[in-house]
Amino acid sequence: MASSENQTSVEYIKHHLQNLQVCKTDQGWVWNHCESAGFWTIHVDSLIVSFLLGALFCFGFWRVARNAKVENPGRWQSFVEMIFEFVDKSVKDTFHGKNPLIAPLALTIFVWIFLMNLMDLVPVDLLPWAASQAGVGYLKVVPTTDANITFSLSLGVFLLIIFYSIKVKGFGGFIGELTLHPFSSSNKFVQILLIPVNFLMESIGLLAKPVSLALRLFGNLYAGELIFILIAVLMSAGIGGFIGGGIAYMIWAIFHILVIVLQAFIFMMLTIVYLSMAHEDH
Amino acid sequence: MNINFTLFINMIFFVGFVWFCMKFVWPPIMAAIKERQDKIAEGLAASERSAKDLELAQAKAADMLRDAKTQSAEIVDSAKKRHAEIVDSAKDDARSEADKIKNGAMAEIDQEVNRAREQLRSKVATLAVAGAEKVIERNIDEAANNDLFDKLVKEL
Repeated sequence: MASSENQTSVEYIKHHLQNLQVCKTDQGWVWNHCESAGFWTIHVDSLIVSFLLGALFCFGFWRVARNAKVENPGRWQSFVEMIFEFVDKSVKDTFHGKNPLIAPLALTIFVWIFLMNLMDLVPVDLLPWAASQAGVGYLKVVPTTDANITFSLSLGVFLLIIFYSIKVKGFGGFIGELTLHPFSSSNKFVQILLIPVNFLMESIGLLAKPVSLALRLFGNLYAGELIFILIAVLMSAGIGGFIGGGIAYMIWAIFHILVIVLQAFIFMMLTIVYLSMAHEDH
Repeated sequence: MNINFTLFINMIFFVGFVWFCMKFVWPPIMAAIKERQDKIAEGLAASERSAKDLELAQAKAADMLRDAKTQSAEIVDSAKKRHAEIVDSAKDDARSEADKIKNGAMAEIDQEVNRAREQLRSKVATLAVAGAEKVIERNIDEAANNDLFDKLVKEL
């Protein structure tokens, strides 16, 4: 807890859950006073970390791709290929069409989300403390604890679902899928009556996909981060609290290694499944 | 959890990264993996093929070895036979040669004996004449005696 003496636990926690923001208000673009700004707010820290990690992924993998050796691959290439084969296998097991986008999309999602989740294992106070030394008041280092980031990914996937649904089944087929299932009848009149019911159910099902994707990732990581913060608070409570908190922090971090990989994998897997469903014609 | 403009900026990042990955990362690495897989499969097939070849070659070698063994046994047999023949013929040759030498020697011995006998005969005649000359001395008519001696020589 990089606390000054005059900071209470509640303030500490609130401080840690606060993004570095810039927003457009009546006075122009301002930093960190965005309660009234609403939509035109930008979480600068989330975006910077997210962009850096995505770029790191692209650069690291691109370096392998640029001089990929067939014989005698290096360590880094072997590691990258291991991830490739894992993703490729997951895609091939689930997605039975031919689409050159799905596999790179799954790979990007998996590695990028994993890297963003990995920021959770950086000690909670380290980077915010460094930032405060540099004069930046707020810093939230785990982008996936920001719902904006998780929703941006899941909405991207959602748009692809709709795009491929329409592309594969045609617009009429897509509307038909939304309105003629799950209840159908041979009687025309009953069928027309059933359309609103079907539409309600199917559209909820469709909308639930991106929402559940985003909220699952966000919820897991936000809760994990919050527990790290609470443990950090405990560590400020005397020598006993410091030792106990240290042990608890370590255990939670070890457990979290599982969580961050798992969440990245689930996001990737569900993306593949949803897109595979979008490609299937009934 | 307040949704704002951040979402849309990050979505642009997302699209960019996926595009980059699809364009520059996925295809070359996948191609390398595929090529390696092909190479490995090829190598395995080749090794299987060569194992089969080896088996064939081994069978062939065993056949050849067996042939060579029988052939060599035959050669040894015939050589033994030939050996026996040579030994026999040499024995015969030696025997006949020995006979020839023996016969020659015999003939020579006979000749020598005959010659010695002739010499002895002529020497006995002159000796007898000389002895008779000494015994009888001058009172004997040489011509009558010569007849007598000639008769004696002929009887010898």
